[in-house]
Amino acid sequence: MSILVFAEHDNSQLKADTLKTIAAAQAIGGDIHLLVAGHNCQAVADAVSKVNGVSKVLVADNAAYEHQLAENISLLVTELAADYTHIIATALTTGKNFMPRVAALLDVAQISDIIAVESSDTFVRPIYAGNAIATVQSLDSKKVITVRPTGFDAVATDGSAEIVALDKVTDAGISSHVSEELSVSERPDLGAASVVISGGRGMQNGDNFKLLDGIADKLGAAIGASRAAVDAGFVPNDMQVGQTGKIVAPDLYIAVGISGAIQHLAGMKDSKVIVAINKDAEAPIFQVADYGLVADLFDALPELESKL
Amino acid sequence: MKVLVPIKRVIDYNVKVRVKADNSNVDLANVKMAINPFCEIAVEEAVRLKEAGTATEVIAVSIGDKSCQEQLRTALALGADRAIQIDTDQNLDSINVAKLLQKVVEEEQPQLVILGKQAIDSDNNQTGQMLAALTGMPQGTFASAVSVDGDKVNVTREVDGGLQTIALNLPAIVTTDLRLNEPRYASLPNIMKAKRKPLDVKAAADFGIDLTSRTNLVKVTPPAERQAGIIVESIDELVEKLKNEAKVIS
Repeated sequence: MSILVFAEHDNSQLKADTLKTIAAAQAIGGDIHLLVAGHNCQAVADAVSKVNGVSKVLVADNAAYEHQLAENISLLVTELAADYTHIIATALTTGKNFMPRVAALLDVAQISDIIAVESSDTFVRPIYAGNAIATVQSLDSKKVITVRPTGFDAVATDGSAEIVALDKVTDAGISSHVSEELSVSERPDLGAASVVISGGRGMQNGDNFKLLDGIADKLGAAIGASRAAVDAGFVPNDMQVGQTGKIVAPDLYIAVGISGAIQHLAGMKDSKVIVAINKDAEAPIFQVADYGLVADLFDALPELESKL
Repeated sequence: MKVLVPIKRVIDYNVKVRVKADNSNVDLANVKMAINPFCEIAVEEAVRLKEAGTATEVIAVSIGDKSCQEQLRTALALGADRAIQIDTDQNLDSINVAKLLQKVVEEEQPQLVILGKQAIDSDNNQTGQMLAALTGMPQGTFASAVSVDGDKVNVTREVDGGLQTIALNLPAIVTTDLRLNEPRYASLPNIMKAKRKPLDVKAAADFGIDLTSRTNLVKVTPPAERQAGIIVESIDELVEKLKNEAKVIS
């Protein structure tokens, strides 16, 4: 078996979740190659060449891949796919965007968001917002898979793989990048943070999210939000934790003013320890919380900050 | 221009699903079904494009047995002009759904196809991208804003780090994120009117596509239950427990 893993990066840095995706590839077993597609992305290629268990790094460095447009990346991956039994990407927005396109071009089904590997053709994935766990066998000759990073532990980075430059360029020419607006934050990445503190509708407005800052600073935590908080415009959407936002599984998840709707629980219920602070003792969040505090968050948060 | 909106009948988002005792699948007998929330947003966006004079006709399409006509009627009540049901009682992989939709695209020649980014039952997030690949169209997935500009459509996408705007040549595929719009409610007169709007039924088997499943659902199990936790009385107790019992903070 030979496995092609797509490396998630922003042209300068490898996303840590790729290391977890490689762990999934190792669980399948076989020769693992990594694809770095981007522009001026040599630093990423150098970084991934040190990842354990990777035998070769393929680098496609061209302006056509700079923003990883699905139309261009999918053509590249489909072309490379001839040599592989498994094509794997991380279930982040880039992978979710281009991988189904690859699967369709190869005329195979895709298995999305796997959280465990049973064998080289059988995988485990959550369905119905994580309220059921499906074991699915792929009957296709090639397996196209996306990996939910919270399901796997990152592999180490003390290897040394061969780096091979690809010179063929696949540019569909039907889409182009216009602009982007990225959130700037000094805090750890939401998906990778070991502590996450999230606010919900109970925060009442965007300014009150500042109450979470001091606690997040003291705990080295990332700040998340429920859909209600995002929809109400308190915080940007990339902070959303849930079925349709980010899936997190930190050591400690603190839910503040979040009722605990099915869709939010889907994004955080695999956290090791869950703390809920809510003034409504009947809130569903208390059914999954290891430690619950029934209190007004406007009293509890400043006190928590002072006691840490 | 013509806009095609594929929609899916799924379990209502508020229902807590139960796994069948024999672990064959989830139990959908007698549960409330509804139009997939992301599909509802897709219908709303198409109707808004029509109201803005950009779109001339909005066609809703759904694949499934007769019961999905209920969701197609909902789409018609929300403002779609006509509907197509592709009749099948098979449970289809996304790739086969995309192949059926590809045939509808070939027949109807829409300039824009708007789908939901994922169905809340299978949580696959695949069909729009697959349809884009099969039709050779560009794709704007996870859209939070869509604006048609001549022979292009600008799509603002929700990506991990924030927002990204891309320009796609028409015809194109767009998949909706939750923040694209807020769907309207269908008024009673519109629900009544929707009953008279055309709804074509076509047999999936007539499309000449091999719909054999590419996957085998081995089993479905309930997720691991979390241990019931405790209610603490004060912040002091909470901090003490986190430090000494859970040992997640120092």
